[in-house]
Amino acid sequence: MTGRIAKKRGEWINRDKPLTFEYEGQVVNGYEGDTISSALWAAGIRVLGRSFKYHRARGLLSFANHDVNALMTDGEDTNIRADVWPVSQGMALSAVNTDGGVVKDRNKYIDKLSPFLPVGFYYKTFYKPKSLFPFWEDKIRKAAGLGKVNFNYPRILKPKRYAHCDVLIVGAGASGLSAAVAAAKQGLNVILVDENKQAGGSLTYDFAGDQTTADTLNNLLDEVTSNANIRLITGAYAGGYYTDHLVPIVGVDGITKVRAKTVIVASGVFEQPPVFRYNDLPGVMLGSATQRLINRYAVKPFQKGVVVTANDHGYRTALDMAAVGIEVVAVIDMRRDGAKRDLAEKVTEKGIAVHKGSCIYEVVPASNKMAVKEVVVCHYNEDTAEADPRSAVRLSCDGVAMSAGWAPAAALLYQAGTKMRFDYDVQQFVPDQLPEGVFAAGKVNGVFDLKARLLDGQRAAVEASNYLGNASELITVTNPEMASPSHPYPIVNHPKGKNFVDFDEDIQVKDFINAAKEGFDNIELMKRFTTVGMGPSQGKHSNMNAIRILARIRQLPVEKIGTTTARPFFHPTPIGHLGGRSFHPHRYTAMHQWHVDNGGVMMEAGVWMRPAYYVPAGSHLSASDAVQEEAMAVRQSVGMIDGSTLGKIEVFGQDAAAFLERFYTGKFAGQKVGGSRIAMLLDEAGVMVDDGVAVRMAEDKFYVSTNSSNAATVYREMQRNIQLWGMQVTLVNLTGAMAAMTVAGPASRSVVETLIDIDVSAQGLPDGAYKEGQVAGIDARVMRVSFVSDLAFEIHVPYKAGMHVWQALMAAGKQVGIRAFGTDAQRLLRLEMGHHLVSHDTDGLTNPFEAHSESLVAMDKDFFIGQRSLKIIEKKPLNKKLVTFVLDNGFTGELPKECNLVIENGDIKGRVTSISHSNYLNRIIGFAFVSPEQSKSGSRFQVRTDSGAMVPATVTQAPFFHLLESKGA
Amino acid sequence: MPLGLLKYALSKEHPAPRFFRDCTEPKKSYDAVIIGGGGHGLAAAYYLAKDFGITNVAVLEKGYIGGGNTGRNTTIVRSNYLTPEGVNFYDASVKMYEDLSQELDLNLFYSTRGHFTLAHTDSAMRTMRWRAEVNKHVGVESRVVGPDEISQACPQLDISCSGQAPIQGALYHAPGSVARHDAVAWGYAKEADRMGVEIFQSTEVTGIDVKSGKVVGVNTSKGYIETNRVLSAVAGFTPRITEMVDIETPIVIHPLQACVSEPMKPWLDTILVSGSLHVYVSQSSRGELVMGSSLDPYEMHSTRSSLDFVEGLTSHIVDMFPFLSNVKVVRQWAGMADLTPDFAPIMGKTPVEGFYLDAGWGTWGFKATPISGKTMAETMARDIAPDLIEPFRLTRFEDYELTGEKGAASVGH
Repeated sequence: MTGRIAKKRGEWINRDKPLTFEYEGQVVNGYEGDTISSALWAAGIRVLGRSFKYHRARGLLSFANHDVNALMTDGEDTNIRADVWPVSQGMALSAVNTDGGVVKDRNKYIDKLSPFLPVGFYYKTFYKPKSLFPFWEDKIRKAAGLGKVNFNYPRILKPKRYAHCDVLIVGAGASGLSAAVAAAKQGLNVILVDENKQAGGSLTYDFAGDQTTADTLNNLLDEVTSNANIRLITGAYAGGYYTDHLVPIVGVDGITKVRAKTVIVASGVFEQPPVFRYNDLPGVMLGSATQRLINRYAVKPFQKGVVVTANDHGYRTALDMAAVGIEVVAVIDMRRDGAKRDLAEKVTEKGIAVHKGSCIYEVVPASNKMAVKEVVVCHYNEDTAEADPRSAVRLSCDGVAMSAGWAPAAALLYQAGTKMRFDYDVQQFVPDQLPEGVFAAGKVNGVFDLKARLLDGQRAAVEASNYLGNASELITVTNPEMASPSHPYPIVNHPKGKNFVDFDEDIQVKDFINAAKEGFDNIELMKRFTTVGMGPSQGKHSNMNAIRILARIRQLPVEKIGTTTARPFFHPTPIGHLGGRSFHPHRYTAMHQWHVDNGGVMMEAGVWMRPAYYVPAGSHLSASDAVQEEAMAVRQSVGMIDGSTLGKIEVFGQDAAAFLERFYTGKFAGQKVGGSRIAMLLDEAGVMVDDGVAVRMAEDKFYVSTNSSNAATVYREMQRNIQLWGMQVTLVNLTGAMAAMTVAGPASRSVVETLIDIDVSAQGLPDGAYKEGQVAGIDARVMRVSFVSDLAFEIHVPYKAGMHVWQALMAAGKQVGIRAFGTDAQRLLRLEMGHHLVSHDTDGLTNPFEAHSESLVAMDKDFFIGQRSLKIIEKKPLNKKLVTFVLDNGFTGELPKECNLVIENGDIKGRVTSISHSNYLNRIIGFAFVSPEQSKSGSRFQVRTDSGAMVPATVTQAPFFHLLESKGA
Repeated sequence: MPLGLLKYALSKEHPAPRFFRDCTEPKKSYDAVIIGGGGHGLAAAYYLAKDFGITNVAVLEKGYIGGGNTGRNTTIVRSNYLTPEGVNFYDASVKMYEDLSQELDLNLFYSTRGHFTLAHTDSAMRTMRWRAEVNKHVGVESRVVGPDEISQACPQLDISCSGQAPIQGALYHAPGSVARHDAVAWGYAKEADRMGVEIFQSTEVTGIDVKSGKVVGVNTSKGYIETNRVLSAVAGFTPRITEMVDIETPIVIHPLQACVSEPMKPWLDTILVSGSLHVYVSQSSRGELVMGSSLDPYEMHSTRSSLDFVEGLTSHIVDMFPFLSNVKVVRQWAGMADLTPDFAPIMGKTPVEGFYLDAGWGTWGFKATPISGKTMAETMARDIAPDLIEPFRLTRFEDYELTGEKGAASVGH
């Protein structure tokens, strides 16, 4: 391990636990605690990846997940962020998006073609002739993308956790830690989160050659960890800010959704690369990256380095390098006046030369183009942002540390709706107007001095506390006089380019200039045309420089350029984490187990599971035979269906009847207690939404059923309208609380009678009547209904008693051959009866006049939902009509399917909505929409089948049982 | 390497002109003013100039070109609608798109990838057959296919959807395509500008001047402009514009959200939509999965993202593609959709003379960009709406002559 240095105080690696892994086929040693990149760098490996577009060799840049130079795959996972991902024993890694390995990548030739590939080149070619585009597109798609997805990767379901707190503090650096301690002292309950695996932020690496900050950190950490009010979460990032202080904390093991009362954003800053030719060579990295390597992982970034800087941080970096024996050849300071005296002196004392008013004009690569050989340094005019290559000198080195400035990690602040302003003193966008309950502290707030940052954290904590109702004395923070931490224009042009601004997307300075020339000269258009900030690191290292370049091009101040929108997520977030457990709840009726035990073929019906039909054990019925047999049993004797999925809503209160009159199309005010009426619901446009039954249980109490699929919708609409209309009505949704079953067929009465304690004779319970009694000893609600059969009883009992009653009825019906029937037979039976199904036979435009339901509509009422529309519609000719039809007797051709079209003279006149063979009738019957002219009984129309054959059909009356008589006659 | 790129390497100066001028000061008057510099507005400007020689046109854009729903949609172009009028209209758009790169002299990356609308239930299969039948009837290539054919086109798709919602079949629409959405706006802007249309960015319309039922001018953040023809081609803001001329529409605004994954080597060659799972997904030529869902279920005038959108969407994505568990979502965003009661647009003339409406594009506006531009240009030039957009007239709501697209469009952008 050539690059590993002596043990550092507070280092993040565990030297007692060495490990080995493979990278590109080479065995590498590392330690537990290393990231992939730190271990590779320690081993002297410099090429960690190839760039997205030009396939240029890349090493470390931010070493902080602010770039994607080093994306790896282990064969299982892909796009692994090597800079921050922990290395583990036995990993076998390689870089993504290479052909033939990261060093020999055959695609590196693309770099040579870069002059032919100017910004937006793909808009300007490949489309002439049109026929060639697919060829080029195929090539482009092959070149696109980063890692290859592993199609065998397991489906991982990560549970989500939920947390609540008074203050969520994002970022556990100096200001965040200080805010946490202060907030906890105010009695607040704090969650403190940091994406690094250890808290401390820059206190863990920005030492400037000594380790006094480590003492500050340890004191803070002691206070944080000993305070029961503070929950510290490390190794997890705040993914985004959502309305009402909802912040998902994304960790390796899943997401914790934090709903906070206040949020303090102390997320710090991203270091920004200065821009010069070949600033992307392996060995050229950010100053903070060198500090992290040295002070967290005890790895030398290089042996002999140059620091290029435009702020004081570069000097601190130089001192950290010197402290571990790296030869620092020079500090190249782009500022005319250099650093403040004490820092400059410290650096000079170490024998490091300082070149003020100078820049790196270009880095000279080694012959393999994959390492630094020397740098070309020349004078730099800060006012004109021009380098003077005539003054160039060459400095030999194997690495460059770059410190020119920062950009705020303000994504969460933007998402919360913070208005930012550009502060020229710190050369940074800082919060101007914060939303309620959101606070900012530390560097993201433009405060860089350590003491001031600690105080700023306390200030934010007090403000958060006062926002929550306390009245503590406010703290004022004043920034001490200091040089700007960021340079206004750390960008050096070069006629040969390759001075990179966005490393994800290989975007150079000239790309911005050319984009502007082509008219893309506002920041949003520039982003979209150049793709700056659109790569996986979302502009963390590139957006600020893009803004500065555009400001310079347009000769406008930076704040006039503005920023692009910072959208979630802060870091790319796994689909499996977000998807969570992927719940798909199913509801079972009380009789579910009976259905399963008796061969029920269960189908999803919304959230419910229902038997479509039954194939009893030992029988070999086809689906259609099963359905026909079940239906036949109902026609000839008796059958029973589980109807528990029906919506069941009790509506009561003094306005109950008046409410139903407004809600449904029919009349309910005069309805007799113990009677039932059809309850048809329309939408505002007069379109049929639902039909159910309303039973009047008492003067002020109704029991309303809805179609199974509409149970939730109708209940919700009822609730909504009760509020809107201000009526004295209470609802109880009994959909899940009641089991329901329908006993149907000529023998149904004889079966029910054996178990019931009330009179269900034709006089005792005529069609449409409702009674309460006991069935098999259970309190039941009983209705005479006629949806599937002229004689049928719908029995509702409490859920828990459902199975008991069902089994009792089954036993009672045994001698008359009772059969359970499923939803398929129900569809056939209701079709034979001529009952349409709303939203099966009707669609999103069908009104009652088109579906023979005008008798259910009381147009003379004062109001009902949809009435206003129907008043207009009823004056207009109908466009279509729903009819019942029969195919010719003995039809044997290709059976039309539901949704085959009704065609006349080449025009669409309608479509089949239901069609089925009925064994009972021995005919093929159905519902169809036809034109009004075709809708009279006896009219003929043509249905076009899948294969294009035309099948004649005849409109006929329903119920269809008259077909039996005509056949007999 | 195409020869067209040679000049960039050989030339010292970047040899490409501006796409569009940097217009800052509007003239006193224009023959037509178009509100909204998105795809629709710019296309209308282009066809006004090209088809009718009306070039004294100002396009007024509050933000930047293509910054509204043009730049926020998931770029799907298709014509497999449910009603004959819908199918005919969108089919005309698809046909224009197919030649649009050549016409606008800009590669729009119009890529015909085939579009599967997956059906997981019997009732969804019925709707697929309905759409297929109507599509076939008017000559659009759509058919119902079974799971095998879906698997062939997309072997990575878990047909059982992790056992949660087994796929029974799909409506396959071969012409289904994706395109580079921004480029469509830029291309129209470029060619409209070339013919003399002036495009003003960062220019907001604050009022429309109507005298005796006729448009006479517009008030803008850059002063008053005289004109007697105004087209509103905005999204998410239609009610604010129609308020200015005292017209009521039934439009309500719902957010529509989408997200993209990090780039990966392309593997998804088709466009997949699932109504039951509320998912649509395709893979861009950058390698990102572009994913969307149905409209947010509430009215809201905001482009804020919500967490539950991306949670719901991704939970269904892992049902369809279990192996994507550890692939990452990079970015989510939202647009504002003008929604009409019948899921069809509002196009054409209005009760105010000289005020034209191109609105109500809900979730389906991008695919209609060329045809809406062309037909609205004709409407403005001749003051008569062409037959193709007659079904979408504003008065259909009073007349109860709604189109029947509701249901077919609810997820399938």
